[in-house]
Amino acid sequence: MIEIKNIEKHFGNNHVLKNVSFLFERGKTNLIIGESGSGKTTLIKVLIGLHKIDSGIVLFDGVDFNAIKTKKQRLLRQEIGMLFQGGALYDYMSVEENIMFPLNMFTEKTEIEKLERVNFCLKRVKLEGKNRLMPSELSGGMTKRVAIARAIVMQPKYLLCDEPNSGLDPKTAIIIDNLIQEITKEYNITTIVNTHDMNSVMEIGENITFINKGEIWWKGNKDELLNSNNKELNDFVFASALFKRLKKAK
Amino acid sequence: MTKLLHHLGLYFIMMNKVISKPENWSIFRKQLALEMEKVGLNSVSLVIILSFFVGAVVSIQTSINMNSPLLPSYLVGLASRDSLILEFSPTMISLILAGKVGSSIASELGSMRVTEQIDALEIMGINSASFLILPKVIAAIFFFPFLIIISMGIGMIGAWVGGLSADITTADFMYGLKYEFTPFYVNYAIIKTVFFAFIISTVSAYFGYHTNGGAIAVGRASTNAVVTSSILILLFNYILTDIILS
Ligand SMILES: Nc1ncnc2c1ncn2[C@@H]1O[C@H](COP(=O)(O)OP(=O)(O)O)[C@@H](O)[C@H]1O
Ligand SMILES: [Mg+2]
Repeated sequence: MIEIKNIEKHFGNNHVLKNVSFLFERGKTNLIIGESGSGKTTLIKVLIGLHKIDSGIVLFDGVDFNAIKTKKQRLLRQEIGMLFQGGALYDYMSVEENIMFPLNMFTEKTEIEKLERVNFCLKRVKLEGKNRLMPSELSGGMTKRVAIARAIVMQPKYLLCDEPNSGLDPKTAIIIDNLIQEITKEYNITTIVNTHDMNSVMEIGENITFINKGEIWWKGNKDELLNSNNKELNDFVFASALFKRLKKAK
Repeated sequence: MTKLLHHLGLYFIMMNKVISKPENWSIFRKQLALEMEKVGLNSVSLVIILSFFVGAVVSIQTSINMNSPLLPSYLVGLASRDSLILEFSPTMISLILAGKVGSSIASELGSMRVTEQIDALEIMGINSASFLILPKVIAAIFFFPFLIIISMGIGMIGAWVGGLSADITTADFMYGLKYEFTPFYVNYAIIKTVFFAFIISTVSAYFGYHTNGGAIAVGRASTNAVVTSSILILLFNYILTDIILS
């Protein structure tokens, strides 16, 4: 469970996050939806201190992230997996080395144990046997899957995903969404997913927050979303012709 | 002026993060070996070629300019030696390394920044500044002095070859090379080089690490790295020469 209270964030004069509060629940895929530039990435990055917040509180299962020492923050971060928008694989390391990297860095496991864990994670994202490939040889969907494998290799309690299916075709996008959803349930993780993709919302939207120009405008689940009267939310949700038709059909 | 202070502040904050004990020694050793190769070994051939030709030109120029029968011809060896040891090898080679190594450090870190690889390290709980930059700084400080010594040696071979083409005999040249040799000059060159290595690696790392934006920003970071470290090398060259030699 991650709770944020009254988060404020400026970049210079740009007021990016305005009094943002939300409860991200454990064992659920918590969705942050909103247009490009609404502050989704910034919100996810301030959670874990990649950007400093101006004010507000971030609680990881009750632990105030910004009140603990840098060393403790680093320990807490080892319990967080993150999936970056472009994958952010280390480009001079192979798939196997990328996934094994956190294990090499922080665990005392033997080579055999580490390799077992890497292969288990690769299998989990359906990429068995791709150990030796380099990031430059991977397709967009494979890159995301390797990044997911790397994010879960340390068995995180929290999983943060920034636009996991941006740049993917709809079919691959849904595979990635479902993979994140399954992993969340399997290991009872607190997962946060940023997206502007309504397909994802309909696929995995259990606990949704709609952010618009840095403010939270609406909270709920996917059924409530379709029946909401919130104008800004409707403008966002029914921007695509498909969803407009869906609404008419109802 | 406030911009300069801003950069200085960020630089010292970064250096404070850089100088910390590595989290995992075996990974650190691997990184260090990799950097030794990137920062040092890959520049050896460039240094050899440059030094040979500059050495040759220095000795030819000296012999042309000392075309008076009053001046002994061994002076060519002596003048080439001192200009190579005192200035060309430590300062000119460092400036060239600022271009080669500095731009590669800045663009490597810059592209890691814009593709969020640095964020990915941070989120794993790794001190990214120390993890990425410390091995580069140590590799540069260890390896640059070797490059400079290689440069001195090759430069003198070049000077000898150049001298031969200007009718300076090997015996005369060798005599000049050894004439009133001050070993301290070599120490002085090495001290300067260590300073320059620190400047090049940390300043370039600073610009790369603080890249903000996309591919264009990476290019800009790399230009800034080269320009700033070159200016600082010239400035510190002046300061160090003043302190050490006078
Ligand atoms: N590192 C940064 N420095 C300055 N401004 C930024 C930075 N990152 C994001 N912003 C600004 O913050 C706003 C929100 O951006 P972002 O969180 O990336 O939105 P989203 O992820 O929803 O597309 C935008 O106006 C963007 O220009
Ligand atoms: Mg974003």
